Amino acid sequence: MLKIRNLHVAVDGKEILRGITLDVNAGEVHAIMGPNGSGKSTLAYLLAGREGYAATEGEILYDGRDLLALEPEERAREGVFLGFQYPVEIPGVGSMNFLKSAVNAVRKHRGQPELDAMDFLKLARQTMKLLEIDEALLSRPLNVGFSGGEKKRNEVFQMAMLEPRLAILDETDSGLDVDALKVVAKGINALRGETRAIVLITHYQRLLNYVVPDQVHVLADGRFVKSGGKELALEIEDQGYAALGLRDNSAAA
Amino acid sequence: MVAIAESVTSLTEGEYKYGFVSNVESDIAACGLSEDTVRFISAKKDEPEWLLAWRLKALRAWTTMKEPSWARVDYSPIDYQDVYYYAAPKSGDRPKSLDEIDPELLRTYEKLGIPLKEQEVLAGVAVDAVFDSVSVATTFKDKLAELGVIFCSFSEAVREHPELVRRYLGSVVPYTDNFFATLNSAVFSDGSFVYVPKGLRCPMELSTYFRINAENTGQFERTLIIADEGSYVSYLEGCTAPMRDENQLHAAVVELITHDDAQIKYSTVQNWYPGDKNGKGGIYNFVTKRGICRGRNSKISWTQVETGSAITWKYPSCILKGDYSVGEFYSVAVTNNYQQADTGTKMIHIGKHTRSTIVSKGISAGHAQNTYRGLVRMTPSAEGARNHTQCDALLLGDRCGAHTVPYIEVKNNTARVEHEATTSKISDDQLFYCRQRGLSAEDSVNLIVNGFCKQVLQNLPMEFAVEAQKLVGISLEGSVG
Amino acid sequence: MAAKTDTSEAYVHRFAEAKATLAGHGLPWLAGLRERAIERFAALGFPTRRIEEWKFTDLRALTRTTFSPAPRLANGVTGDAVGRFLPADLPSHLLVFVNGHHRADLSDVGELPAGVRLCGLAEALAEAPELLEEQLCRDGALDGHAPLALNTAFMTDGAVLMLARGVALERPVHLLFLATGDEAPAVAHPRNIIVAEAASRATVIETYAAPAAGAYWTNAVTDIVMEADASVRHVKVQAESHDAFHLAVTRVRLAKGSAYNSFVASVGGRLARNEITAVLGEGVECRLGGVYLARGRQHLDTTTLIDHARPASFSNEHYRGVLDDSAHGVFQGKIIIRPDAQKTDAHQLNKNLLLSRTAHVDTKPELEIHADDVKCSHGAATGALDAEALFYLRSRGLDTDLAQRLLIEAFVGEIIDEVETTALRAHLRRVAAAWLTQVNK
Repeated sequence: MLKIRNLHVAVDGKEILRGITLDVNAGEVHAIMGPNGSGKSTLAYLLAGREGYAATEGEILYDGRDLLALEPEERAREGVFLGFQYPVEIPGVGSMNFLKSAVNAVRKHRGQPELDAMDFLKLARQTMKLLEIDEALLSRPLNVGFSGGEKKRNEVFQMAMLEPRLAILDETDSGLDVDALKVVAKGINALRGETRAIVLITHYQRLLNYVVPDQVHVLADGRFVKSGGKELALEIEDQGYAALGLRDNSAAA
Repeated sequence: MVAIAESVTSLTEGEYKYGFVSNVESDIAACGLSEDTVRFISAKKDEPEWLLAWRLKALRAWTTMKEPSWARVDYSPIDYQDVYYYAAPKSGDRPKSLDEIDPELLRTYEKLGIPLKEQEVLAGVAVDAVFDSVSVATTFKDKLAELGVIFCSFSEAVREHPELVRRYLGSVVPYTDNFFATLNSAVFSDGSFVYVPKGLRCPMELSTYFRINAENTGQFERTLIIADEGSYVSYLEGCTAPMRDENQLHAAVVELITHDDAQIKYSTVQNWYPGDKNGKGGIYNFVTKRGICRGRNSKISWTQVETGSAITWKYPSCILKGDYSVGEFYSVAVTNNYQQADTGTKMIHIGKHTRSTIVSKGISAGHAQNTYRGLVRMTPSAEGARNHTQCDALLLGDRCGAHTVPYIEVKNNTARVEHEATTSKISDDQLFYCRQRGLSAEDSVNLIVNGFCKQVLQNLPMEFAVEAQKLVGISLEGSVG
Repeated sequence: MAAKTDTSEAYVHRFAEAKATLAGHGLPWLAGLRERAIERFAALGFPTRRIEEWKFTDLRALTRTTFSPAPRLANGVTGDAVGRFLPADLPSHLLVFVNGHHRADLSDVGELPAGVRLCGLAEALAEAPELLEEQLCRDGALDGHAPLALNTAFMTDGAVLMLARGVALERPVHLLFLATGDEAPAVAHPRNIIVAEAASRATVIETYAAPAAGAYWTNAVTDIVMEADASVRHVKVQAESHDAFHLAVTRVRLAKGSAYNSFVASVGGRLARNEITAVLGEGVECRLGGVYLARGRQHLDTTTLIDHARPASFSNEHYRGVLDDSAHGVFQGKIIIRPDAQKTDAHQLNKNLLLSRTAHVDTKPELEIHADDVKCSHGAATGALDAEALFYLRSRGLDTDLAQRLLIEAFVGEIIDEVETTALRAHLRRVAAAWLTQVNK
């Protein structure tokens, strides 16, 4: 589904990713781990098409198409979803209204009929129930005044509603207490399926207790330094990044 | 910021969808302004002597006045002798029923989305339709009359209710008030008149739809709304004009009066022709709107959505005279291309424990200039008065301007005034977030802009809020809704 | 074009009489500048309230009187009198001026590091006029500002501070202007010139005060030119006599990467106006702060203009006023962001406390923005002391007077605390406290 070949990425003229190669197939869950500053978020932003993140070398194929040639909204409509590490607040824009516009933009692109207000609400309610999200959240302006946990749950909720084929979740587990983490994991697991792929970007292993990955990759200084099965995550948890000879900049930051 | 730049570029290709001209024969006053013009207008309307005298006093005052230059608007000088001050559709006497109206006029209003006939059957909205200098139709008049509500054209009010008109005309905006209001006082043609009797909550939205059609003609309407003790009325005006390369002048005066415990909610959706994308043509909109809360515990609330006009110069204001009276001003002003808007409000606190709220949202794109100008004055008698002002500006593009000029004068130490203002652009983060969820750049900008305006738009009567939201989008977007 | 109902013509006549004796009269460029200045003043006349920038400040009380040039005194002010106005525990390079004239006998410049020139303007005009020509004859030197033009025509003395590239002055420079306020109303036109070359640093204290009561007029202009990466901290205390008029214009030009930090405490004068205009280059930091404390029938005006002319600058402005009796406070703060000035970050705040029923304040915070990628905000709030806080303090046993005083002190203190140097903070707190002790009289 996703083929990344020798990807180099520069931000503000500084090279952040320095030759990444990765294959993600339908049905798989990949975890990308790494110390802070290793380039994890850069990879996420590049995949979603954020301005200012340019590939200087290499290529990304999504279902055989050149992903980098697509506008951000085209990628979204083709099924690429990015769960943001820091979802932005948009005052005055109702969460529900926003999501309905997004869902219908995606449905239209897929040739599905747009949902009317009633059908949308019905679907939203079911999903909210699954994710234990308070309905009141959706009557509030998008992310405005949401707690960290609420923002992350809202991201997972949006993901569930948009039914992406490739979900990239950037530190969706950070700042969550155990209960919230379980709910988020439930949302992610519900999305797992034969036709979908998930890339989890995380600093810690704990989300991987609930969403078990097929493969784990360790990113450091813009390169994958190690790949393996789910046990690699446990190893990092036990011994830290230092054991892999990596400096974790998070302590200094 | 390529994405915003692109969507803003596409905005400038916007089409004004009300720009057609109706083929209606007009009865026009001779060009230019003189005592004769004023007498002609007054005679056309069969006005009483006192009103003619009042107009002539205004004309004399006007000849001694200078056009104000303090606003941040820039336009080539207006030749006041090269304007037609009166134009009316030539259809003989004013039609007695809707069946007698020139079908071309009915078609015009239908095209504008104001079907005068169906409206009567459909919505709970009564409409006064003003075409150039005269009111061509007023719907629901009889039903309202049964309740004691007077809703008619200004000319008719002069004929049928001279005592009310005489008592209130010029009581809020005197004929010497300012250059444009004084001009209006001399030559005003038609407009709406509303009187809501004691204790009545007017069950219908009242609305006036203003249409400029004739060429080179100014529109000088006059609106007067009186809410007697304990009454409530919600009034809405809309305005459009044909696309023309010449600028056309619109200088209106609106006066509102609330007695004890009365409330007027006055909403405007101003969509006069804004000129083309190079700044050619468009309406010069110089408007004086002012309300007085005469009575204790009374309230005047202005909501305006200003998307049209080449020049907007308007400051809907409240004189809060009655103790515990309340003034509100909610405004969205959208300027694109070469539009210029200098708009805001004055809140004059005189009574004890008077309160006012100002929420202004300015959006500027293209080469437009958008200014909030406001005055909050706490006079020495305004014991315990409160004001809160919030002015936010949003800039779309690097060649437009957004300016904030608040004047805050506090002469009572028990009064409290708070003012906050911010200016920003749509952030890259917000735009990217929306696009990542599948929305196009243009839809994203639209969504964010409407979110920015929400606090104001939600104050519009339900029927018009959706319309206004679309209008804000269209003004910026360029797509024909 | 204005019909002259004021005394502006009298100054024009006086100029004709006095020009041959003014400082630097032998310098053709200076004579020419003065001529242009008086012509500009004659054309403008004194500003009236019809001029937008003077809408809230009525100068008629000033313009009814013709002030004669303040006399040069050889004695009459003692070192003790000077000491009263100096910050404690803060040794400085001190220049003292009496009635606008430099008094070497009262001054204590002390030892200056190499690369620093500090002297009186008259002295500099006599000894090194070439250093001043460029500073005084800049483009827009006269603007449309009548008091500024009048200062330029009549300026006699003032301070000249020049810092060479990279010099850091440890001790602050203190410019102390004392007025004796004799029987005949007199005016002084101090002109200060500060030039901070690249990467130089200094702190400048400007104090205006009177050892005794008296009616007089101070019409001061301070020009500050900051080259790349220079840093100037500027503290001004305006504590003129209660019958005095004080008009002051400070103009600051900030080149790339420089930082200007100003704090003004205005407590004196019958009518005082502090005007600051800052033109910001790229990547500049500009902080303006201050308090104005007024009672009786005092009129204190703070007018600022921050002009973001180039990209990526930061400005922050925060003024607070406390107004008692029938005092009148004015705050006008304008921020301009020019089309080139993308990535500007500009914030402004004005808060006022009205202590009496007849005190009043006019506030006009103004934003003029021509660039889109900016973060800009302003806020203003005016009201009485917080009744709840007052009640809380009283419920803890404080009497009303003390409770009020504490709250005012806190209101003023919060912003004084933003001043960096401890000794300066203490000095400013003392200035405020001296004013406060009279609140509950």
